[in-house]
Amino acid sequence: MPVISLTVNGKTCIGEVEPRTLLVHYLREQLNLTGTHIGCDTSQCGACVVHLNGASVKACTVLAVQADGATITTIEGLAQNGQLHPLQEGFWQQHGLQCGFCTPGMIMAAADLLQRNPHPTDEAIRRGLEGNLCRCTGYENIVRAVRYAAEKLRAPTGAASEV
Amino acid sequence: MIPCPFEYYAPTTVAEAIELLERFGDEARILAGGHSLLPAMKLRLAAPAVLIDITRIAELRGISTEGMVRIGATTTWSEIEGHAGLRRAVPALPEAVSLIGDLQVRNRGTLGGALAHADPAADAPAVVLALDARIEARGPTGERSIPVDGFFTDMLTTALQPAEVLTAVVMSPLGAGEGAAYVKYRHPASGYAIVGVAAYVKLTDGQVSACRLAVTGAGPMAVRRSGVEHALLGTDGSSAAIAAAAAIASEGMDILDDLHAGEEYRRAMVNVHARRALAAAVERARSRI
Ligand SMILES: Cc1cc2nc3c(=O)[nH]c(=O)nc-3n(C[C@H](O)[C@H](O)[C@H](O)COP(=O)(O)OP(=O)(O)OC[C@H]3O[C@@H](n4cnc5c(N)ncnc54)[C@H](O)[C@@H]3O)c2cc1C
Ligand code: FES
Ligand code: FES
Repeated sequence: MPVISLTVNGKTCIGEVEPRTLLVHYLREQLNLTGTHIGCDTSQCGACVVHLNGASVKACTVLAVQADGATITTIEGLAQNGQLHPLQEGFWQQHGLQCGFCTPGMIMAAADLLQRNPHPTDEAIRRGLEGNLCRCTGYENIVRAVRYAAEKLRAPTGAASEV
Repeated sequence: MIPCPFEYYAPTTVAEAIELLERFGDEARILAGGHSLLPAMKLRLAAPAVLIDITRIAELRGISTEGMVRIGATTTWSEIEGHAGLRRAVPALPEAVSLIGDLQVRNRGTLGGALAHADPAADAPAVVLALDARIEARGPTGERSIPVDGFFTDMLTTALQPAEVLTAVVMSPLGAGEGAAYVKYRHPASGYAIVGVAAYVKLTDGQVSACRLAVTGAGPMAVRRSGVEHALLGTDGSSAAIAAAAAIASEGMDILDDLHAGEEYRRAMVNVHARRALAAAVERARSRI
């Protein structure tokens, strides 16, 4: 079996994988990082979004072997020194979740959106989250949560600048 | 769902990839961004015994806009969408690409993969047809350059030979008096094109001196519509001339009929979107004198 080496949330992880292992299964079952969810079989729901070399990807549609040598960030790696990321805080403050199943993927997708466009309009937020489905919230509060985080990340002072 | 087991190879040169394709024949499939192939493998609609991952081959990736526009096969949608040189040289391409799927799909999917896959509802085939690109491919007998008109031969079928690797897509940058545009009627759930139309127009002394129109989504494969092209040639590109030309866009065309859109509706949508694409292309050609 191939041996792969990943840097996941800052830690080097070396392991054997069957080629057909999907990255999402490797993260959840071999590395016990169960914050990344699986919501569909058709690459459409976005519950599985993680960052691969800084870009958001659907981990259910990437083979673990394809990620060999890559740097991965999952929802577990977003908070720094016990301090929630502004997006995590935004989802909390703005009531951006109900059951929470879609939330890790939403947040990882939103983080990529904000790194590409720090000043998104509501329209741009909605477009940027096209690949993520939520069965509970109706999306309104998710858009508010992302807007909250965008403002906080842009703020010159305060907790956001440390993150 | 989990794909059937397979052997995985990640060659670092095109020559090695071709050797593997020859060695394993029908058993092997190339893997690029994996965003058409892996979903099919997860649903077990495809079960190749060998995957040859070409994304570690450095020479297949990257964009050059000096002289001709050249895009390596494994260049991702996101790289195309964000490329300043492409936005100047062939703006219709990055614009069309920004309408593909969602951000995560665009971070993985590749131009070469989409053209080799030839999904009838894919966006890029129409755009490269309208821009009259050439497809570069390398196989056991060497390299060849294939005109894109004729490259798509049927549903999910192209002119590529079994052991050939699509290496790059090449096209001319737009010059003075030239304009191109892509308009899409997007499937609300999947994001793919129910109908997508790409148009290219060249104006010389206020008259249409060249025109190409290509349709995707509506039929089994992306096609040029030469009737429309001829109808617009020599006109002034006015809205009346465009409306008359676009009205025959779906004439004689092989049109799909499925639960998302019936044949008659798709036919009507082809004409509507042909008109919009031509109008946008003419407007751009006028502003690019
Ligand atoms: C949720 C979702 C939404 C999508 N929405 C859209 C959309 O709106 N519009 C759209 O156009 N597409 C859409 N796609 C498809 C996406 O753009 C695919 O990534 C693309 O069509 C295929 O590119 P790939 O690099 O992923 O190819 P892969 O899946 O890796 O390969 C596809 C096929 O092409 C072959 N192949 C790949 N590269 C080469 C090569 N260089 N030479 C020879 N053969 C090769 C492979 O063997 C395979 O048979 C969507 C996909 C998903 C999952
Ligand atoms: S699990 Fe639904 S997109 Fe990955
Ligand atoms: S909060 Fe329940 S799916 Fe989004």
